Parts: sequence; structure tokens; C-alpha cells
Amino acid sequence: MVTAMTDTTKEKQMTDQRDSINDRVANKESESNAADNRSSMDDIHKNEEFDIEINGTVGKPFVDNVKMSSRNCDVFYGDKQAIFDVNVDIGNHEILAMIGPSGCGKSTYLRVLNRMNDTIPICRVTGEHKLDGEDIYSKKMDPVLLRARVGMVFQKPNPFPKSIYDNVAYGAKLHGLVRTRSDLDDLVEKSLIRAGLWKEVKDDLHKPGTGLSGGQQQRLCIARTIAVDPEVILMDEPTSALDPIATALIEELMIELSGKYTIAIVTHSMQQAARVSNRTAYFHLGKLVEVNETDKVFTNPEHKLTENYITGRFG
Amino acid sequence: MPVNFILITLLALLIFGFILGRARSIKVATEVRNGRYNLHSRPYYYGYMIALWAGIPSLLILLLWTGFDSSIVTSLTASDLPSEIQELSKDERSLVINEIINLAESGKADVNSSEPKLQAAAHYLSLKNISLMAKTVVVFALAILGIIIGLRFVKPEFRARNQVEKIVRWVMIGCASIAILTTFGIVLSVLFESLQFFKSVPFTDFLFGTHWNPQTAIREDQVGGSGSFGAIPLFTGTLLISAIALTIAVPIGLMTAIYLSEYANQAVRSIAKPVLEILAGIPTVVYGFFAALTVAPFIRETGEAIGLHPSSESALAAGVVMGVMIIPFVSSLSDDVISAVPQAMRDGSYGMGATKSETIRQVVIPAALPGIVGGVLLAASRAIGETMIVVMAAGLAANLTANPLEAVTTITVQIVTLLTGDQEFDSPKTLAAFALGLGLFTVTLILNVISLHVVRKYREQYE
Repeated sequence: MVTAMTDTTKEKQMTDQRDSINDRVANKESESNAADNRSSMDDIHKNEEFDIEINGTVGKPFVDNVKMSSRNCDVFYGDKQAIFDVNVDIGNHEILAMIGPSGCGKSTYLRVLNRMNDTIPICRVTGEHKLDGEDIYSKKMDPVLLRARVGMVFQKPNPFPKSIYDNVAYGAKLHGLVRTRSDLDDLVEKSLIRAGLWKEVKDDLHKPGTGLSGGQQQRLCIARTIAVDPEVILMDEPTSALDPIATALIEELMIELSGKYTIAIVTHSMQQAARVSNRTAYFHLGKLVEVNETDKVFTNPEHKLTENYITGRFG
Repeated sequence: MPVNFILITLLALLIFGFILGRARSIKVATEVRNGRYNLHSRPYYYGYMIALWAGIPSLLILLLWTGFDSSIVTSLTASDLPSEIQELSKDERSLVINEIINLAESGKADVNSSEPKLQAAAHYLSLKNISLMAKTVVVFALAILGIIIGLRFVKPEFRARNQVEKIVRWVMIGCASIAILTTFGIVLSVLFESLQFFKSVPFTDFLFGTHWNPQTAIREDQVGGSGSFGAIPLFTGTLLISAIALTIAVPIGLMTAIYLSEYANQAVRSIAKPVLEILAGIPTVVYGFFAALTVAPFIRETGEAIGLHPSSESALAAGVVMGVMIIPFVSSLSDDVISAVPQAMRDGSYGMGATKSETIRQVVIPAALPGIVGGVLLAASRAIGETMIVVMAAGLAANLTANPLEAVTTITVQIVTLLTGDQEFDSPKTLAAFALGLGLFTVTLILNVISLHVVRKYREQYE
């Protein structure tokens, strides 16, 4: 029944792509609601769809205008391999969305890009990773300086236990980006304006950042990241702890920011990937299955696994 | 039956009541469906309820009876004594009554025991026995009555859980009040004895006097000083030694905590932390002779080598050793709160290109500050209350000085010296201990209030 439904939607997609994507996702949701009543026959069927072999990445993993690139990326946690041979480029000023079921390695890959995995003692990263042609895992590269160039926004808003002002000023002070107090004031204001938070907090700059609402806190974290003026911003499920209104604000913000920064975002929401990203990468069990233009991935995926995932056969 | 046996039998009765109540509740209930009964509470609550109904009144009576019966029996015995004893003075009469009770309890007559006394002793014994028998009967009767009445209440709609929980709540309130009331009792007793002291020594002399020499003569034939009770040297001595101890313990403890929680690997941490906590478990008297026999001579020799003249007992020696003693208080508590700072906080800082030390200094420590302040204040109150090390290493001379190389003394040490040896409890010398205790209590109270204030202030800001 599901196959028949997707077939009919496939025809409609040609005329109205975005709507159909949302339909598909809605299908997925209604299906997962019905999951309780499934018989064991369906489970076996489901596992078969899960077991399709992955032979390299399909689609267009490489682009011309490269900002960051990874070749032959493997990641190990102790003896367990979490990521298998990922090869992908992130283009300048694009938003790359990474989707996939839980535990597929998309967050781990994101943390490869600014060497956040260095803070986990048992984690080992191999392969060649470049930012503007520079090897970011070379001996000469200091992870601290790298992270100033590749900023990160986390799943759970994590403002520091400081005032709103100090939260935003933190990175700029560390890196000595400003000389005078008034420059710092300007930088804080500029960052907060760009993160769309200025109007809400301009009178409360010296109140604690932890007192804001969840959505405001996440925008504060984005403002704090922007203040360091990075080249790339990595976002690890930045809206998964937020309500739909706060999510919409942050998605708008991402699209705005992509004019100035390169953004890589991990998300569980396929609607979100469809709404904000230029290209979408689908990860599965530590392997990069498919990378392509977002429209293409959601309307006409090349790989069977990608299609199964976005149509909600599993995940 | 002696009280032990009454208690054991009562316990058996209560267990029996519990089983009965539980069984009865299941019996009176009807099954609604699939093993669900129409009982308001679970069956064991009915059991507890019966046990409480039986236990509380009987235990109360047992307690009261045991508390009062000897005085009642004694007065009954006294009133039956012959008139020549009745007419004796109060003190003599109580002496006779004591003799009688001793006679009754030992069962051995001696030369003193006259006929009326032997009779009275026999009378006393029989009264005692009657009382014990009556007590046994009444307690068991109450318990059984409780079970019977309780069982009548076991009905499906009866709210046994609410009753049991109400009683448990009162028990908890009782436990909480014991601690509070004890504190109040101690404070009041210290306060009243101090007031006694301030009757003979003016309050201002005590608080602002700079000379401490409490060794007054307590008997006519003794040689002693005229006595002066200025507590300032003691307070400054205490502050000096505590300050030295904290100067040592806070940086070392904090650095240790940061190393253990942020840099050390699991293996180091699992060994270092327990070893460090052993420091807190060493008896202070051991620290004391370490200070007196090792550290103090070392300080004196070093001081002389560089041209200073430290006394052989110095505030520095006591302070340093005390500092070592309180390191674990600072390090262990700080380590716990630093480890409790969420990883997300550190990730956020690393994610913006902060180094590890920047992250620790600017994010982790401020977030952990309330806990760290708590640890430091705990260490400070330990330092202020410490006695043994000071007695052995810093001496007893109440010098008013800020020089750590001189001998000083502290409040606690003076309390010890005031209350050891010959003493009488109405001389200012002895009562001064209570005034000093009150002063110490006030100082630690102020410290606690400050710490609570600091912690609350940062809590508001950081959580």
C-alpha cells in the first residue's frame, strides 16, 4: 500500500516539489504512529529494506567551489568503527544538511570537521580533511585555532553561566579580536542583531544568558559563534530541543547566514533539511550513502536506501 | 516481665497484627478483574495500619510507665515509712530512702539495716513487682485492643494508605525536630552559662580586652593571677592560624581538584582521590605531633639560618600542618562540583576555539563556584574548630601578634585548658569556657550565613 502511495506522489512531485516532500514526511509520521499494529511479517520486510548493500557514495559528493573536504574518512571509538570511508566536499556559502537514522555517524562526522573529537580520548580519526586546502589534522594545525575558524552550535542550547553580553563577548575576548570596550560593545550588538536576538535582549544585556527561553538561548549560542567570525558554522541538530516557532526563526537565520558563512547542519527533521539546505547528505550505519542537491534527494533519490528513509520505510 | 521481653513480645504482636490486617483486607475485598481488587490501598498498608494502631498507644504507655514508675514506687514506699523517719529532715530522709532502695536491689542486709528498713525494702520490692506486672498486662491489653479495633476498620473503602502516610510524616517531622531542638538546647545552655560569666567579668572587658590570663586561684590557699579575660588575643590567634591554613589549603586543594577532574586520566584519578581522602581521616592528634616534632623544629632551624628568631612553637607550624589537613575538604568537594559541570558547557567553549585552560578558568570554575565556596567554608570551619594541632604546635601563650613565627593560642585550645584539671563550676575561669564557646559559635554562624549568601547569590546568577 505504501509503495502504491509513493508511486502516485512521485507523479505529483514533478509539479509541486516542496509540497510533496512535506507529504512524504507526513506519510512517514503517520506510518510510524501506526507502527504499533504492525505484524511480524512486516518487520522482516522492513529488515530486508534495511539490508541493502552500500558501495561507495552515489550522487554528487564533490563540488567545484570547495570550502571543506574529506577524503577516506574513518572514525573509530576504541575498537568500534563509527564512520567508514566518507568522501565529501562542502561548497563555499552552501548549507549542507546531513540526515540519517540515529547512530548513523552524522554527528560524529560533523565533529570531525572542527576536531571536537579530539576532546574524546578514545576517538581516532583518519583520512584527509581540508579547510581551504589546508590539512586540518596536520601537526601544524592547532585545533584551538581551527575551532575559531570552524564554529559549532550544539543540540542543546548551552549558554555559559554568564551574562548575555559576556556570552557573546567571550570568544572575541579570548581571541583578542577587539581592542577597546566600545569595539566590543559594537561587536556584541552586531552579533546579536545578526542572530536576530538584539531586539529581545538589548535592555537585558547584563542578565544571565541562562535565564532566556530555549529558542533565545540557541540564538544566543549562534550569536556567540558568529562573534568569533568563523568561516564555517557546524550545527548539530540545533532545533531539536525547540518549539516550532523558535525553529522557524533559526531556520530563517541559517538561510540568512549562508550568505556570509558556510554551514553544515545535522538534523533529524527531513522537512528542515528540505527547507534550508542546498545539498543533502544521507548517512547510513556510518557510511555516506548519497549526496546530492536537496531537491534531487527528496524527489528523485538515486539510492534505494535513501528512498526508503525519506519515504519512511524505516528510521 | 522485664522491659526487653515486653518489647520483643510486643514486636511479635505487631508482626502478627500486620499479617492479620493484610490477610483481612484481601478477604474483605472483592476481585474486580484480572487480579485487581476494589481495595482503596494496597493490602500491606492495611497491615501497617493495624501494626501502628496496636504499636503506638502501647509503646507510648510503656515509655511513660517506665519513665515514671520508679519515682512513684519510691514515693509510695516513703509514705509508708514509720513516723520517726518521716520526721527527719529532707536530706536525711532521702538518704534513708536510698539505703532502702539499695537494700532492696542488692538483697543483702548489713549492720545498718534495721527492722523498719528491711520491711520497707520488702514493701518496695513488692510494689516494684506489682508495677511491672501491671505494666505488662496494660501494654499487651492495649496492643491487642489496637489490633481488634483496627481490624474492624479494614474495609475496601477505608483509606489505610493515607493514615499510614500521615503517621510516617509525623515520625519524620519528629526526627527532624530532634536535631533542631538539640542545637537549640546546646545554644541555650552555652548562652546561660555565658551570662553567668558576664556577671563577674564585664562583657566589654571580655570582647575588647587584649590580655588573656584566666589562671585565677580557685581556693584560698592557691597562688594564682588576678585573672584577666580579654579574648582579643584568642580571636586573633584563631584567625591567624586559620588564615595560614587556608592560604595553604585553598590553592593546593583547588589545583588538585582541577588536575583530578580535568587533566588526570581515569587510572590516576581512581588512585589519587581515595588517597587524598585518607588525609581527612588521619586523627588530628597525629597531625599534632607531626607539627610539633617535625614541622616546628624545621621552621625554627630554617628561620635561624636566615637570621630570624622563630619561637619553638609557632603559629606557622600549626597553620601549615592544619592547611595540609584540610586540603581534602577543598579538593574533594571542588572535584565533585567541577566534575558536575555539564560537558555541554565545556564543548561550547572548545567549539569557539577556547583552550583547555581558558575553558577551565572562564567557564568551568565560575559555574562550579558555589560548590567551591562551600568546600572552602567547610574547610574554614574545620580550621577554626581545630584544637589538637594548635595545642601541640602553637603553644598556650595568648600573645596578641600578627607574626606567624611567634607562639599564639586559639579559642578552642583555651576552652580545653580551662576545662581540664581542678575546677569549680561557678568560678569565672571555668565559665569563661562557655563565653569562648559562644564566641566561637557566633563566628562560625556568621561564616555559614556568609557562605549561604554567596552560594545563593551565585545560584541566582548561574542556574
